[in-house]
Amino acid sequence: MKFTKTNNKKRTGPVLFSEYCAGDAVKKAINLSREDILFEIKNSGLKGRGGAGFPTATKWMLTAAANADEKFIVCNADEGEPGTFKDRVLLLEYPELVFDGMVVAGYTIGAKTGIVYLRGEYEYMLESLENHLTGMRNDHLLGKNILGREGIDFEIRIRLGSGAYVCGEETALIESLEGCRGEPRNRPPYPVNTGYLDYPTVVNNVETLSSVSHIIVKNGEWFKKNGTNKSTGSKLFSVSGDCGKPGVYELPWGTKIDVLLEIVEAKNTKAVQVGGASGVCIPKSQFDRTLAYEDAATGGSIIIFNESRDMLKILKNFMEFFVEESCGQCTPCRVGNIKLMEGITKIENGNYTFAYINTLKELGKTMQVASKCGLGQSSPNAFISILENFKEEIFNTNGKGISYGKA
Amino acid sequence: MLVLEKNALSEEIESLVNQYGTDRPALLQILQAINRKHKHISDFAQQEVARFLNIHPVEVFSVITFYSFLCSEPKGRNIVRLCRTISCDMAGKDAVEATVTRELGISFGETTKDKRITLEYTNCLGMCDQGPAMLVNEKVYTHLDPETAVNILNEIK
Repeated sequence: MKFTKTNNKKRTGPVLFSEYCAGDAVKKAINLSREDILFEIKNSGLKGRGGAGFPTATKWMLTAAANADEKFIVCNADEGEPGTFKDRVLLLEYPELVFDGMVVAGYTIGAKTGIVYLRGEYEYMLESLENHLTGMRNDHLLGKNILGREGIDFEIRIRLGSGAYVCGEETALIESLEGCRGEPRNRPPYPVNTGYLDYPTVVNNVETLSSVSHIIVKNGEWFKKNGTNKSTGSKLFSVSGDCGKPGVYELPWGTKIDVLLEIVEAKNTKAVQVGGASGVCIPKSQFDRTLAYEDAATGGSIIIFNESRDMLKILKNFMEFFVEESCGQCTPCRVGNIKLMEGITKIENGNYTFAYINTLKELGKTMQVASKCGLGQSSPNAFISILENFKEEIFNTNGKGISYGKA
Repeated sequence: MLVLEKNALSEEIESLVNQYGTDRPALLQILQAINRKHKHISDFAQQEVARFLNIHPVEVFSVITFYSFLCSEPKGRNIVRLCRTISCDMAGKDAVEATVTRELGISFGETTKDKRITLEYTNCLGMCDQGPAMLVNEKVYTHLDPETAVNILNEIK
């Protein structure tokens, strides 16, 4: 039995999967001034593709403006959100986009070192990525005096994670790079000022850096042609669950959910989880919503559930995930997730009261504001949205509480 | 642990320290390397790493306990991790899980008596479009069904 690492790239789109020749972005960037690059990125309206959607140009400008002996570019390849696998496709099939993007970022903000934080689960990619880096060094796209230009140095190294979802949070990732427990830091100060080893650091998602390579070779205006006003460009969606063609799709931002469902050949769809376990569950009645930062935001994860699925079971799976992956540092997340989980068990057994459920929803809202990092702030999303949108199904009062098991 | 084994392990850790350095960022890399080879990081190894890096052994232990791929207790020669996140779950994880535990005669979290396999759960492997998926050491297997999963497990030494 051979081990498998095939990719399900189903739809090549107009932006990220458009034509690109390895090294082009670097060749063009080093002949541009840093201000021009920042302008181009700002003009493109590119926002962080990991899910949070922070404007990339702002992040870069803050780091470029910081005064320090050293600066770092970190590529966040700790793709752990359930249902997300777009970075896998980019890293396996388009490593040149990612690495060229890092070199451009390094040149722009004045960093000499780039670090790829690759999740432990993706260790099988390490060899091909290292080979690619060696190739880049041979082509003088990496190392000292890039493309013969004196003083432009950039080196990329790859560091592995060890199976912790929370390390996808940028400050936790930095802690992990520093050899510590991957516990998120208080923000502010932000990594743009005190990041890796307290030096100014840019942490960008794999897909963000890939977009940068395209924007440099083409331009910001070209990038803006796709998408909406607030969400420019296109997005890779990792589609899984009940559909005919699961895989990675490149679609412009602003695509309606029912359009996407048609493309992926999903039938009898009851609900769509947008944004993974920490995203929201969207019922059939809201399928006309659009996928965009300003509406249904996602880091790429789209999980489709058909009519036969039990929503309570799905919710339980999500909460088990958060109970296990909470780093335990702050109380709202450490205790809150366990309390929500207990509530689900009670609903399962049918011995709940609505007063109790409402209290748990309140607790969820408290967690959203009181947790230290994005994990705890978003873990109640599924709980609240599923109980709200599927209350008839979950609380069908047939005397025994609810029925579970696949219909 | 025999003195000879201890000496060998010390030497091994020393060469890792030479490779990765004695700065704090090296800690995780050193632990990952030990864990990759021995499938766990023993108390003695933790003390040695702490000594070389000039930190308290508790610091080393606290890092190990944080990461689910690092472990301080002995495990089998091969670690099999089955993805239990939603997409794999919907794709038929339960059937694979039941067959594998029956075939090996152990439940998840346990190691076979011959120390050949440790069974564990893991969260999303990023193979949601091709589930159910599992990791065997660092290799990933997808589109599992009960039969292929058992065949894979029977093949590993």
